Amino acid sequence: MIKDTIKQAFLDLLPDPEPIIEEPVVEAAANDTAEDGKKKKAVKKEEPPRVNGVLECDHAAHGYDIDVQLEPGELLAAVMILDKNDFFLESITGVDWIKEKQLESVYDFSRYDFDQCRVVIRTRTPRDNPNIPTISKIYPGANWHERETHDFFGIKFEGHPHLIPLLLPEDADFHPLLKDFKP
Amino acid sequence: MDLTIFNAVIAVVIAIAFAAANAAYLVLAERRGAGRIQRRPGPNVNLFGLLQPPADGIKLMTKQLMIPGGADKALFMVAPVLAMAPAIMSFVTIPFSNTIVAHSMNVGVLMIFAFASFGGMAILLAGWGSRNKYGVMAAVRAVSQNISYEVPMLITVITIVMMTGTMNLHEIASLQSGGFWNWNIFPVSMSDGFMLQPLMPISFLIFFICSLAETNRAPFDLGEAESELVAGFHTEYGSMGFGLFFMGEYANIVIGASLITILFLGGWGCPFGLYPGVWWFLLKIYLLIFSFIWIRWTFPRTTIYGLLNLSWKILIPISLFNLLLTAGLLKVF
Amino acid sequence: MSGPIHIRSDETFTLNVGPQHPATHGVLRVKMEMDGEYIVKAETVLGYIHRMHELMGENRTYPQVLPNLSRLDYLGAMGYTHAHVLAIERAASIEVPERAEYIRVLMVELNRISSHLFWFGAFVMDLGGFTPLMYAIEDREHILDLMEAVTGSRLTYCYFRFGGLYNDVDDDFINATRAVIPRLRKSLKKYDALVTGNIIFRKRLEGIGPISAEMCRKYGATGPVARGAGLDFDVRKNEPYSVYSEFDFDIPVYHECDSLARYNVRMDEMEQSLRIIEQALDKLPEGPIMPKKKPKLIKPPKGDYYQAVETARGSFGIRIVSDGTKNAYRFKLRSPTYSNMSLFDEACEGMMIMDALAMMGSLDLVIPEIDR
Repeated sequence: MIKDTIKQAFLDLLPDPEPIIEEPVVEAAANDTAEDGKKKKAVKKEEPPRVNGVLECDHAAHGYDIDVQLEPGELLAAVMILDKNDFFLESITGVDWIKEKQLESVYDFSRYDFDQCRVVIRTRTPRDNPNIPTISKIYPGANWHERETHDFFGIKFEGHPHLIPLLLPEDADFHPLLKDFKP
Repeated sequence: MDLTIFNAVIAVVIAIAFAAANAAYLVLAERRGAGRIQRRPGPNVNLFGLLQPPADGIKLMTKQLMIPGGADKALFMVAPVLAMAPAIMSFVTIPFSNTIVAHSMNVGVLMIFAFASFGGMAILLAGWGSRNKYGVMAAVRAVSQNISYEVPMLITVITIVMMTGTMNLHEIASLQSGGFWNWNIFPVSMSDGFMLQPLMPISFLIFFICSLAETNRAPFDLGEAESELVAGFHTEYGSMGFGLFFMGEYANIVIGASLITILFLGGWGCPFGLYPGVWWFLLKIYLLIFSFIWIRWTFPRTTIYGLLNLSWKILIPISLFNLLLTAGLLKVF
Repeated sequence: MSGPIHIRSDETFTLNVGPQHPATHGVLRVKMEMDGEYIVKAETVLGYIHRMHELMGENRTYPQVLPNLSRLDYLGAMGYTHAHVLAIERAASIEVPERAEYIRVLMVELNRISSHLFWFGAFVMDLGGFTPLMYAIEDREHILDLMEAVTGSRLTYCYFRFGGLYNDVDDDFINATRAVIPRLRKSLKKYDALVTGNIIFRKRLEGIGPISAEMCRKYGATGPVARGAGLDFDVRKNEPYSVYSEFDFDIPVYHECDSLARYNVRMDEMEQSLRIIEQALDKLPEGPIMPKKKPKLIKPPKGDYYQAVETARGSFGIRIVSDGTKNAYRFKLRSPTYSNMSLFDEACEGMMIMDALAMMGSLDLVIPEIDR
């Protein structure tokens, strides 16, 4: 199963696997129980910023299998693992966690074969200076997705070859999906 | 038939009237034909749409003539005229029947081809003069297309000229009178003594394809390929400039159909030798024009390299071989 | 990123294909650096019809966003609303009655055929043949009439509801649909005879516009583009949603990677969709079309939800980040043509403009869906 391979690869990649395994087990157990909604909320509310690590998710409940959160510095290595295992890039997007003063960049990967495994990689960067390395060297298709994310959130993708507005006007200096955006 | 000034003026006036009327009503025929092929009515109000061409004409003539900024005004203005005028001039030498011909010339074939090559010139000037990149690309395409297709066309015509021994269109048509077995399209030709030329149907096909290409008709309408080059060389033309290009195209179609009729299909001769006359000629050219329309609405467009390959790699070798074969056969019989 | 360039001269010029160009079918602009007829470099410029649906998704409640989804892709709108209702049903754990699921599949597949029919006509028109468009539109009209009778709209459907449907189908619809199926089968045969076998058509597509499986993977291309590159990928099979796992249908896959392969995939897909429709009509269970208990106010629990569906153009995904309120915290739309189009810049390098535009046609672009 590709799912296990990938999970193991990520666990090897991340430097401190010890606390991570603990967290996801609790989370996954919470997911599996029937009254998922309230309990999960309770779990999440205790500790708002998620700790970096690998999380195995219930596909039926979330729509993806593996959820990885890591530091921007570890992103390229993680994407390289997926590239080696024939994953394709579905999309890149951002989420503005304004309360935590962080911007999250979310990468969706999937596979073409029947060994279905959707992987989500998240990485967070401080809101006042959002910098994330580009993965467009590994996946050229990330070029547009990163430009779009830069349009909407202002996340700077370091090393991106052509980081100019794609969907917004070429002189746009605003980032409409930031929660403090006033039109 | 002496060529006096009066004769010439009358001939040109009749030619213009014939060309313009044909152009106007062929547009209608094309649209009706397209409608029929596409299972829709086409223009059909007011006497089966017969008032559509005058309405179109009035619309085109009352529109403002726009000249794009930075365009070469002289070339821009002269190009539509160049598209229309040679087409009309060519009518002068086309014999519609044994008696109806404006001026029967010894080098009629040559004259028509001389005028036909103006067509490429007009497109080149239009594309270049309108200062539009699509126009320039279309012009380059159209010129390379015209050059490539004139070669096999002329070689085929030379074959006919060798067989008939004349370049006079009137004589070429007369030699085929008597019945369809005399026509140049069929392998057995008895017009000038017995002669067997097995490749004549292929010559006819080559000539047909070339006239499609020379008149820039689909599937060879690369000069105005609307899905690639917007409208090609007449992208920037509106009002009557566009109208002239349009009329020139249809006049060229009539000329192409007339040439095919005269060279291959016996001109005004009846297929069975009965009642030869202008009606047979008109019937034949309109049947050919209908097949032009039919082809246009059936086939997708070729590519420019496919087009040039077809000419240089297939049509020219075959027509050259045909020429050699005809020369050999002429020696034999 | 440099393709094979056949002739290289120092003089190039910039050609703006679009934003208003007959081949782009909308307001797409491709800035092409041309060397004569050859494309040296292409850069796609987007955003001419950008409407910021994602921000609207955050500002409105979940049911209010639903009509927005059908404005993404005006040809295959049903699939997009399907993704949204599935995502919300996944997030808020809403049960869907079986009859509703079957009718949904039925509608989505009808819509897929109508979308493919229109693409077929437009694609052949891109290649210069105008007539097939008229035939295709005529057939599409029958499907639109069917769907109009049930959904109330012809293009921008808002037929699905969270947990079910807006309107039940009646016997008239079922009989009419059964009558349309043989008609479409006949038409598909006719198109095959009229267009697929045409020598000019084949010469323009065979071996032209290669998009390899590796390139699809690097750019995230899905749908017929990926299947034309030999990738056996269809969300309906790989990651079955709704009741697709209960139908017997095949995923057409072609390995030639050229424009013709992508054309063939879509033409075969219409036949497969007809099969699904037939089965859905046969199996259509009786019962309600809305669940008995459904929350009055849709408030998915806090979390992150993703739902992918196979639309006519490829894998469409919705990511909903919920903070437990009635509005989404983040509403991400992953549109298939966006990824499919992103490979155009690289794929068309060194091609002639007419081949590149034929390839663009084979990508099946719907611009509002790229720009969102």
